[in-house]
Amino acid sequence: MTTRRLASLCAGFALLATLAAPPAKAQETVLRVAMTAGDIPLTAGIPDQGFEGWRFVGYNLYDALVLWDLSRGDVAADIKPGLASSWAIDPNNNRRWIFNLRRDVKFHDGSPMTAADIVWNFQRFTQESAPQFNARQFAFARAYLGNYEGIEAVDDYTIAITTKQPDSLLPYNMSFLMMVSPRRSAEVGNDADAFARNPSGTGPYRFSRMVPGERLELVRNPDYWDRTRIPRHDRLILLPMPEASTRTAALLSGQVDWIEAPAPDAIPRLRSSRMQIVTAPYPHNWAYQLNFVDGPFADVRVRRAANHALNRADFREMLGGVALESFANLPPSAPYYGNPRRYEYDPARARALLREANCLPCRVTFAISTSGSGQMQPLPMNELVKSQLEAAGFQVTLQTMDWNALLQVGREGRERHQGVHGINISRSLQDPFNGMFRFVWSRQAAPAGSNWGHYRSAEMDALIDQALATFDPAARLALLTQVHEKMSEDAVMLWVVHDLNPRAMSPRVRGFVQAQSWFQDLTPITIAPR
Amino acid sequence: MFGYVIRRLLAAIPIALGVSMVCFALVYLAPGDPIQTLLPPDADAETVERLKRLYGLDRPIVIQYAEWLYRVATGDFGRSIANGRPVIEEIQRSLGNTVLLAFLSVLVAFSIAFILGTIAGRKSGTWIDRAVTGVAVLGVSIPNYWLAIVLVIIFSVELMLLPSSGTAGDTFDPTSWEHIQYLILPVITLSMIPVGIIARTTRSAVSEVMNQEFVVTLRANGLPEWRVLKHAIKNALPPVLAVMGLQFGTLMGGSILVETVFAWPGSGYLLSKAILTRDVPVLQGTILVLAMIFVVTNLAVDLFQSTLDPRIRRG
Repeated sequence: MTTRRLASLCAGFALLATLAAPPAKAQETVLRVAMTAGDIPLTAGIPDQGFEGWRFVGYNLYDALVLWDLSRGDVAADIKPGLASSWAIDPNNNRRWIFNLRRDVKFHDGSPMTAADIVWNFQRFTQESAPQFNARQFAFARAYLGNYEGIEAVDDYTIAITTKQPDSLLPYNMSFLMMVSPRRSAEVGNDADAFARNPSGTGPYRFSRMVPGERLELVRNPDYWDRTRIPRHDRLILLPMPEASTRTAALLSGQVDWIEAPAPDAIPRLRSSRMQIVTAPYPHNWAYQLNFVDGPFADVRVRRAANHALNRADFREMLGGVALESFANLPPSAPYYGNPRRYEYDPARARALLREANCLPCRVTFAISTSGSGQMQPLPMNELVKSQLEAAGFQVTLQTMDWNALLQVGREGRERHQGVHGINISRSLQDPFNGMFRFVWSRQAAPAGSNWGHYRSAEMDALIDQALATFDPAARLALLTQVHEKMSEDAVMLWVVHDLNPRAMSPRVRGFVQAQSWFQDLTPITIAPR
Repeated sequence: MFGYVIRRLLAAIPIALGVSMVCFALVYLAPGDPIQTLLPPDADAETVERLKRLYGLDRPIVIQYAEWLYRVATGDFGRSIANGRPVIEEIQRSLGNTVLLAFLSVLVAFSIAFILGTIAGRKSGTWIDRAVTGVAVLGVSIPNYWLAIVLVIIFSVELMLLPSSGTAGDTFDPTSWEHIQYLILPVITLSMIPVGIIARTTRSAVSEVMNQEFVVTLRANGLPEWRVLKHAIKNALPPVLAVMGLQFGTLMGGSILVETVFAWPGSGYLLSKAILTRDVPVLQGTILVLAMIFVVTNLAVDLFQSTLDPRIRRG
């Protein structure tokens, strides 16, 4: 009897316990990403760590006035409305752009976004006397504000930006400037480090937690203003893993779901484990900027000879197929690619051109790096360039340095480095200015800009000025195409390959569309259960 | 003894000054500077100059050094140029991770190597001795980054038993398997070199002591062999401890490759990042702290040695 009573008592308790227990919580879905960066990108607005920082942190925590449309994989990505729902040039002043802001946007801390907040952010980028001025944000923003003159709030939801000269490409530049919450910044006394530890933006993800140097965790922002881009997973974990073999092992062992840039020789192994490998052309080139003043590349025949000397198929093979042969500055998918002169592999022609230019053997020196952002596999690739150029009549000296030192050579320009005839710094070509103008515009001659070798052409300058002053997209596209074709005609660089940007992900990752861009949209991704 | 400790600690001051001065000079002699990697490649030279001014990097090196020294003397290590975080926090976090790895690795290495070395020393000249020596040579010779990759392939990729890299991401909890599992592969990898070195030192120390006269006397007095060995080990321990201390010091700053393969956020990894980005405050702070750890570890080993063996007199 006693036993039975005990048993029924137990059963009663068990039933009560079951009833009292909260309903089983739905499993949180998590996307874990291994980045190539050595540290967590800066979380206080415009990120560091190159465009990878923008890709994973910048555009996830924050928005810019203008965003990139990353929803399609079949066309090169272009800009779309962001915090500004529309923009137009002032009909009475072609140096004044009007941006109309969205009215339904809130920062993650709950404060509404208005024109005053945008003006406050521009002061943070540009005005040294402002309490919110941030030296690093100034440095990051400056590359996109070269033509910026001033900003004003026209009303609560309209701003006007004036430029030093007419600039039809300004909206592209606006896409790189992340807007942070003034309220949160004030809460932490405008201390950028304190802000970075508890950031507040308007992006599709909110900050959750960070272990410096180890991981950054973001969570879905259910109140995101663009309802179509509310993340379809609950949490995004970003892990810095600079070593390619470490990333590959982390994916294969199930520690992460997504890795950036697996080593090309690991791709067959990843495929055999049913991992998804995605590649797409995007605006990147692995090339040499040349010296147009000192040394043999001042002669266009020598520049053309170098471009004919390379058998780019060999590079593609060496990189396991994850590169696209580069015959011009932009990949053929670029809207302003046009019909550029094609530098096919023709060592005999290269030698003939060198003979004609009276430079045989033609001694050239390139500054190269051992590693660096976007540099792919710099040492073996440079060795292959050297051997192919030498087979066609060049004599190549490679000056090897670390990435930091090469960046300095790049910024200082040819004047300080007259013994160097080319620099191998991979560039992002995300928009017309960054993809073309800065390399060939005389106003951009280093150290003022990225025209390292001081290319000068009155015709090119005129084309660029005209494109900047043309606000009709179709007419401007024709001018941009002419600029690209002229860059090829003048062989302004020694082009080698475009990276195809491989990334690998577990079979559980669904719904990702690889855009033809440096940036990617992670929000549509779902994670299938194990 | 107290006076000796004070003297040794005071002697660390010129060491610290020398180390920091050489380090500071080397960073500025190498091409490049902290601002180059701080900025995107597209930033122009004018921006670089303006930022140098804002960060105070445009002043003469001597003034920058003096200012840094003054701040460190008042306990302020400054902020990282690369990420703006306080240097002392960066060092604390990464050093904590590395101390954990180095301490466990030396402990594992010592446990294995001391047993192997003692057996080999006692059986000097036999096949056991040769086998142990073989293991020791192998331990020292295998490149540890290679071993790291092989262990990851076997235990993480193929068997899927252990994580391949990283940490659990929180403060280390020694009772949680979730935390411990991340340590196993790096600790095994890092302990291989000390195993070889400590085993060889133990072997030669034990075999030397076993041939000394007092051992013969102990045996002649009829002491059982285990008690003879106890006396022998006590006499052989000082040089082994000295080597162990040095190995701990080496692991504290010298595990850059292993930390990179395992994406372990330790001091070696922090140093390599700081070198690549010329992050002077982090570089200076980390090297200074590592140098001091070296000094203190050596002092601790010395003191421990003299406790074990009173013949080692300190003035």
